[in-house]
Amino acid sequence: METLELTQEEQFQARIDADTRIEPKDWMPDAYRKTLIRQISQHAHSELVGMLPEGNWITRAPSLKRKSILLAKVQDEAGHGLYLYSAAETLGASRDQLLADLHAGKAKYSSIFNYPTLSWADMGTIGWLVDGAAILNQVPLCRTSYGPYARAMVRVCKEESFHQRQGFEIMQTLSEGSAEQKAMAQEALNRWWWPTLMMFGPKDSESPNTEQSMKWRIKRFTNDELRQKFVDMMVPQAEFLGLTIPDPELKWNEAKQGYDFGDVDWAEFWDVVKGNGPCSRERLQARVQAHEEGAWVREAALAHAEKRKQRAEAARAVAA
Amino acid sequence: MSQKEWPLWEVFIRSKQGLDHKHVGSLHAADAEMAIQNARDVYTRRLEGVSIWVVESKHVHASNPDDAAAFYEPANDKIYRHPTFYTVPDSIKHM
Ligand SMILES: [Fe+2]
Ligand SMILES: [Fe+2]
Ligand SMILES: [Fe+2]
Repeated sequence: METLELTQEEQFQARIDADTRIEPKDWMPDAYRKTLIRQISQHAHSELVGMLPEGNWITRAPSLKRKSILLAKVQDEAGHGLYLYSAAETLGASRDQLLADLHAGKAKYSSIFNYPTLSWADMGTIGWLVDGAAILNQVPLCRTSYGPYARAMVRVCKEESFHQRQGFEIMQTLSEGSAEQKAMAQEALNRWWWPTLMMFGPKDSESPNTEQSMKWRIKRFTNDELRQKFVDMMVPQAEFLGLTIPDPELKWNEAKQGYDFGDVDWAEFWDVVKGNGPCSRERLQARVQAHEEGAWVREAALAHAEKRKQRAEAARAVAA
Repeated sequence: MSQKEWPLWEVFIRSKQGLDHKHVGSLHAADAEMAIQNARDVYTRRLEGVSIWVVESKHVHASNPDDAAAFYEPANDKIYRHPTFYTVPDSIKHM
């Protein structure tokens, strides 16, 4: 009998091609593991840092209802970070090390969170646009090849749609409000539109890892494909709101059944990625400060747990 | 500063009375009580559960995926373990 000998790597690829999920204890190429740890931890960091721009407005939300909603949304983002760190840990990464890398400025997170939140309309725009873009990125990840990542994303996606709707509702309320309120909504859209388009990452031609990630089914669509989908999805929504997308080149293209749109300012994108965004330093500083100020709590909790364990053991020894 | 990481816990949730606890993910906590409290905040913000189990991850023992063939294949050719293996005459009811 003749057997076709497949290498471990070929067997792995065959499982991916058959859409069989990879689970933590399965054999996987080192590069697959590394790529996943990098992508999942960057995503986790984004959720964590993503709390800061919105947290900025919790105390100044215009009503108790809006405040409760914003608080719940920000709490969700913390949860998303936690689901994702857990997924990264199933690959052998250490949570403390991932956080240490973030705090040392060695790890990346989404460039969008390095922009400031200047008005209440930014809370609407972030929910509507930024969470909207995140959803487009994340829905295909519910079918990503690594099981724990896919399961975390299912959980995240379920929660994201509330984020987008609450943002849209803020925008709708402002758009239907006074002239000043509508102007505030438009001004926020003007500032956030281009940075949101940058969330999909560099152009496909500048994204050397895309091909391998698609082959491993870590990624299911290219950056440019998702960016196009996003624009096509957002234009009618902006029209509904009576807001103008700040792109003079935006135009319906009948042949491709999609919108043509202007090019992102890639110099700005790379500059923000390198850590020179308007709030990059502030964000990292806030993260490091929160972590350092929480150190005594983490230590005290461990000490307390240790003491209780010893007491329980002592009580058991006496009883025995 | 302490270099010690809080231990990792696996979280299992019963989504409603009458169903099994199901694994939902993991989290770090100093002890079991805190793990349950954290699991409440992380995994049941939308009424996803009525009961939580936590188990320190180091106590979970798992089968080895490399043994999967030897482990599970013996069940492959035992189709007589399934009711569909048997033919029941049409006139026989309630079987
Ligand atoms: Fe999120
Ligand atoms: Fe997200
Ligand atoms: Fe969100």
